[in-house]
Amino acid sequence: MIPMIILVVLIVIWEIWVQFGDIPKWQLPAPSAIAQEIVASWSLLLHHAYITLQEIVAGFFVALIFGLLLATAVTHSKILERAILPIIVSSQTIPIIAIAPLLLIWVGYGLASKIIVVVLISFYPIAVNTIDGLKAINTDMVAMMRSLGASRWQIFTKLQIPTSLPYMFSGIKVGISISVIGAVIGEWVGASGGLGYLIKYSQPLFLTSRVFAAIFVLSIMGVALFALAGLVERLMLPWYYAEKRAKSASQ
Amino acid sequence: MVEVNQLSKSFSTEEGERKVLDNITFRVNTGEFVSVIGPSGCGKSTLLHIIAGIDEADGGEIKINGDANSPKLGHIGYMQQKDLLLPWRTVLDNVILGLELKGVAKLEARQKAIEHIETFGLKGFENQYPFVLSGGMRQRASFLRSVLLHQEVMLLDEPFGALDALTRHQMQEWLMNLWRTLGNTIILVTHDTDEALLLSDKIYVMSARPAKIVMSLEVDLPRPRTHATVTEPEFAKLKAKLLAQLHEK
Repeated sequence: MIPMIILVVLIVIWEIWVQFGDIPKWQLPAPSAIAQEIVASWSLLLHHAYITLQEIVAGFFVALIFGLLLATAVTHSKILERAILPIIVSSQTIPIIAIAPLLLIWVGYGLASKIIVVVLISFYPIAVNTIDGLKAINTDMVAMMRSLGASRWQIFTKLQIPTSLPYMFSGIKVGISISVIGAVIGEWVGASGGLGYLIKYSQPLFLTSRVFAAIFVLSIMGVALFALAGLVERLMLPWYYAEKRAKSASQ
Repeated sequence: MVEVNQLSKSFSTEEGERKVLDNITFRVNTGEFVSVIGPSGCGKSTLLHIIAGIDEADGGEIKINGDANSPKLGHIGYMQQKDLLLPWRTVLDNVILGLELKGVAKLEARQKAIEHIETFGLKGFENQYPFVLSGGMRQRASFLRSVLLHQEVMLLDEPFGALDALTRHQMQEWLMNLWRTLGNTIILVTHDTDEALLLSDKIYVMSARPAKIVMSLEVDLPRPRTHATVTEPEFAKLKAKLLAQLHEK
């Protein structure tokens, strides 16, 4: 509730400041002007949002599969952990914005180059958190499972995977939020559609309210995707939330 | 029958080899309740790990019903101080874990478990997550998980160590009754002399590291025993013997 109030207050101040401060529309449009723009160019925004959403969804799912496979491989083989993990970690120090133009050269201006940027940016938090989760099993639990006759595979599926799920979802929530950034970076570098493209080409024309309208749609998309990930988490981990609720209630 | 023959075990540490178990030999007859008592960190848990098949000994052997090569993992019940219930499974799905691992269908396993739910004081909690349960209930659920596998031999590693005194007493009496109906072989590791005397037919005393069996004590108190048994003179005599050995320097 409080964040909403703060947001409304900020928007009101912004509106008053622009209206009474005589600030030109191309410099900073008032919230009301942005709202008008959203309504006026709704179909345009929707067209570009759809392109961006496709990039995000495709890229995120590839990142998810890649991140989970990587985490599983790394936690099951010490050799792979020593060989791959340092490379992955150091790869994260390379700015994505520097790689993105290369992707254009390699795979062209289509969706693929944006999807790859999304994958590169969002697989990392998913992989790192899942690795932590798969390592979070305690030895007493493993001893218990073995004494009940569990095979290595059963220990993996019935103990290790469920233990890692809350960690994995932390990674997913970070990953899905930054995949929005990934898609915009990809479009910024070179594209023929998408909200990032729309922002980039509206700015030199001083269509500032359209830039804001696109940013607004992007942030709504980011929040919605994050909320969706949270919803899936709640559905998949009812025990985790039940326990959390009980703990906070008893405090 | 469980025979532990000349068992030895060392762990390598930074200061070199550290001997934990030194030539441990003892025998537990079928249906007998035996306790192993000793100072903290003397290697009692290591001993149980080896009997359960979770860890390997350096020397010696464990014979189950005369067979040194009989499979242990999945056949010997092993319960720890922590109940180790899986937080993402309901109570019912936790207790059927062992059956499920053996390939028994979930529905069938659940049906089997439900028959025992009342005896184990878990009625009404079948579909709750473990965090809802009290400490005693959690331990009983973890017992049921082993009992459902029909494990003839059960190893208990200070199962009541984390409970408050009153709950511990209730659980001890409950365990005595359960053991009387199940008739399985139990090896209990504890450092509580009252618990060992109250529950056992026989007590083995282990020394500090490297652990040896330094005493075996027959507990010939009549059964059924209750908590009143603790106040009887015979009990006090046995306790004095046990304490004298434990505090010997």
